[in-house]
Amino acid sequence: MTQKDPEQSEHVNEASGLGPEHSSGSPLSIHDLTVAYDRRPVLWDVDLDVPAGKLITIVGPNGAGKSTLLKAALGLIPSTSGRIRVFGKPMKQQRSEVAYVPQRESVDWQFPVSALDVVMMGRYGAVGWCRPVGRRHREQALAALDRVGLGDMAARQISQLSGGQQQRVFLARALAQDAQLYLMDEPLASVDAATEQAIIEVLRTLRTEGRTVVVVHHDLQTVEDYFDHVILLNMRVVASGPVSEVFTAEALRQTYGGQLTILSEASERLARSNDVGRS
Amino acid sequence: MLAEVQTDWWDSFVRALLLRDANTLWVVAGVLGLGIASGAVGSFLVLRRRALTADAVSHATLPGIAVAFMVMLGAGFSGKSLPGLLLGAFLAGLLSMVVLVLIRRTTHLKDDAAIGITLSVFFGVGICLLSFVQQLPTGNAAGLETFIFGKAATMLAADARMIGIASLVVVVMVVLFFKELGAICFDEGWAAARGWPVLALDFLLTGLVVLVTVLAIQSVGLVLAIALLIIPASTALLWSHRLPVVVLLSALLGGFGAWFGAMLSASIPRMPTGPVIVLACAVLFIASLVFGRRGIVQRWLSRRSLARRVDRQHLLRACWEIMEQDDVASVPLDRLIEWRSWSRRRVGVCLRRCTGRGLLELREGGAVRLTEAGRLRAGRIVRNHRLWEAYLIRHADIAPSHVDRDADAIEHVLDADLISSLEAVLGATAGSVPPSPHVMGGEGRP
Repeated sequence: MTQKDPEQSEHVNEASGLGPEHSSGSPLSIHDLTVAYDRRPVLWDVDLDVPAGKLITIVGPNGAGKSTLLKAALGLIPSTSGRIRVFGKPMKQQRSEVAYVPQRESVDWQFPVSALDVVMMGRYGAVGWCRPVGRRHREQALAALDRVGLGDMAARQISQLSGGQQQRVFLARALAQDAQLYLMDEPLASVDAATEQAIIEVLRTLRTEGRTVVVVHHDLQTVEDYFDHVILLNMRVVASGPVSEVFTAEALRQTYGGQLTILSEASERLARSNDVGRS
Repeated sequence: MLAEVQTDWWDSFVRALLLRDANTLWVVAGVLGLGIASGAVGSFLVLRRRALTADAVSHATLPGIAVAFMVMLGAGFSGKSLPGLLLGAFLAGLLSMVVLVLIRRTTHLKDDAAIGITLSVFFGVGICLLSFVQQLPTGNAAGLETFIFGKAATMLAADARMIGIASLVVVVMVVLFFKELGAICFDEGWAAARGWPVLALDFLLTGLVVLVTVLAIQSVGLVLAIALLIIPASTALLWSHRLPVVVLLSALLGGFGAWFGAMLSASIPRMPTGPVIVLACAVLFIASLVFGRRGIVQRWLSRRSLARRVDRQHLLRACWEIMEQDDVASVPLDRLIEWRSWSRRRVGVCLRRCTGRGLLELREGGAVRLTEAGRLRAGRIVRNHRLWEAYLIRHADIAPSHVDRDADAIEHVLDADLISSLEAVLGATAGSVPPSPHVMGGEGRP
C-alpha cells in the first residue's frame, strides 16, 4: 500500500529544512509486522508507508491493535516479525527524530513533578547523560508549554492539572523533543472541546513545519475535519490513503463490521489450540 | 534500683551522643551514611512501585551469609570476616532478583505472589543453613544471628569505613543518574520509546538497592532492612511534590532514623538496632501523616475552609437576593433564616464570620446590612451564580426550576478563567448582574 502521490513528494522538497538525510524514504515505513500477545495475534502482516508532512490518523474498533501498532513500531513490545524504517533507517538510529505521546492513563499523575519537569524530559536527549538540565533547555521546555497554552501552569504539580491539561503537558513534552515524526496514542481521548481545538491547532502547526504526525483516534466524526490521511486498522490494514479517497462507508464497514470476524475467530482458535497443546 | 538503671542508661546514651568512645564515632559515621544512601535510593524504589522487592532481597541475603561462612571456613579463614559475609549476602540478593524476574517472565503469577515465594524460600533455606553451621564443631558461628535483627554496636572501625565508602558510592550514583532514574520511574514507556536503556537503568536501581540492603543487614538486620528504604521515602512524599526535595528529604530522614536507632540501641543492653530504627522512622512518618503538608490535618483544614467559604457565599447571596426581592436596605434576621432554611445557630455563626471580615454589619433590632465591601462581593457572587444558571439552562438542558441547586454545587469552585469563558459563551457584559432565570424565594421554597 505505497503512496505515489506527486503532491506529496513536492511537499517533501518544499520542506527542505528537513535536510537531505530525511528526504530518502517515508517517515515511517512498516513491512510485514506481526505482533502476538500470548500467541494470540493482534496485528497480522501490517504493511504501511506513512506519507511525509501530513496529519495521519489510525482508526479502528476497540482491540484492533491501534496502540499496539505504535508500540511495536517503537519497539516497546516484541514483534513476531516485521521491519520498521524511519526515514529509511532503522528505528534505533532515529530515536531522537521520533517523539512518542503515550496514553494519559499510562502514568501515575501523583508523581512528584511539576508540569515543567515533565516537559523538560523532552529535552533530556539533547542534554545528555548524567548532566543537569541547563537554562537553555529549560527555556525551550517553557516555550513548548507556551505552545500548548500552559505557560502559566509550569510550576503546577501534575496531579493538580485537569485531564485536558495533562494531555497537553504530554504533547508539550513531545514538542520539546523537536522531532520530525510524532506518534500519538489517543491524544484526544476524554478531553474537553477547547483542549481538542488547542491540540488540533498544534498538530496543524507541526504540519506546516513539514513534520509528520500519526495519531491514534477514536472519533470517526472528526476524521475528515482533522486529518489528511487515514489508516483503517483491524488486525491488518483494511485501507490506507488520503481521507477523501479511503474514508468510505464500505471501508468502514470492512473495518468495523462483520467481515473480519472470521480472522479474529481464527486467531481465537489458534490461541486456544496452542493452550491445549501446551497443557 | 530503677533510678540506678535509668542513670546508667542515660549516661551511656549521652556518652554515645557525644561520641566519647572512639568506636562510637565510627558506628555513627557508618549508620549515618547508610541511612542517607538508603533514603535516597529508597525514594526511587517507592516511586517505581517496587518497594517490596527490597524485602525479598534482604531476606534472601541470609542463605548467602551462611554459605559464605561455610566457604570461608572451608578455605581455612575465620568464618566471620565481614567483607566475606557481605559478599555472600550480595550475591544471594542478586540471585533472588534473578529468580524474581524468571518467575515473572515464565508464569502468569503477579508480582506480590512472586515476591512472597522468593522471600520465604530464600529465608527458609537461610534459617536451615544457619542452624546447621551453628552446630558445626569447628568455627564459632555464634553471632551470625545478629544479622537477623541487627546490632550496630558490633560494627568495627574497618566495617564502618567500608560501609561509609559504599554509601558514598551509592549517593554519587543517585546524583549522577538522577534525571534518568526519575524519568523511568515516571514514564517507562516514553523513556523506552526515546531509546533509553530502561533495562540497564532498572539493573542499576536494583543493584543499588541490593548494595544498600547488604550494607544494612549488620546494623539494621535483614528482617527490617526494608524500613530504611521505604519509610523515609514515604514520609518525604507526604511533605513535598518536587522530586529533588523528596529525594533529599528522604535521605536526611533515613540518616536521622539510622543515627537515632544506633544511638539508642548502643545505650540499652540487648536492644537490637533495627527495631529502634524502625520506631524512629515510624514516629516521623506518623507525625507527617498527621501534620504534613499533604497530611490529614492540612486536608481537614482546607476542607473546612472551603465549607466556610461556601456558607459565607450563600449568606451574602441570600442578603443580596432578599434586598433585591423585597426592595429593602437591610435584611431582618428572621427573613434570612427563612430564606436559607438554615438553623438559627448556623446563620448566627456564619454571620459572625462575615461581620468579622467586614462584609456584613448588624443593625439594632436584629437586621443585617451589607457593607460596601460586602455589597461588591455579594454582587460578584450573585452574578457568577446566575451566569452559571443561565449556562446550565441553555447548554445543559436543565429546567429553570431545578437549576438553582445544580448551580449551587459548582459555583463555589469557579475560577476567573471559567467565569470569563462563561461570559464569552453567554455574551454577558462585564460587571452587570443579570436577573434570576427562575422564581426567587430562597432554598426553602416549595
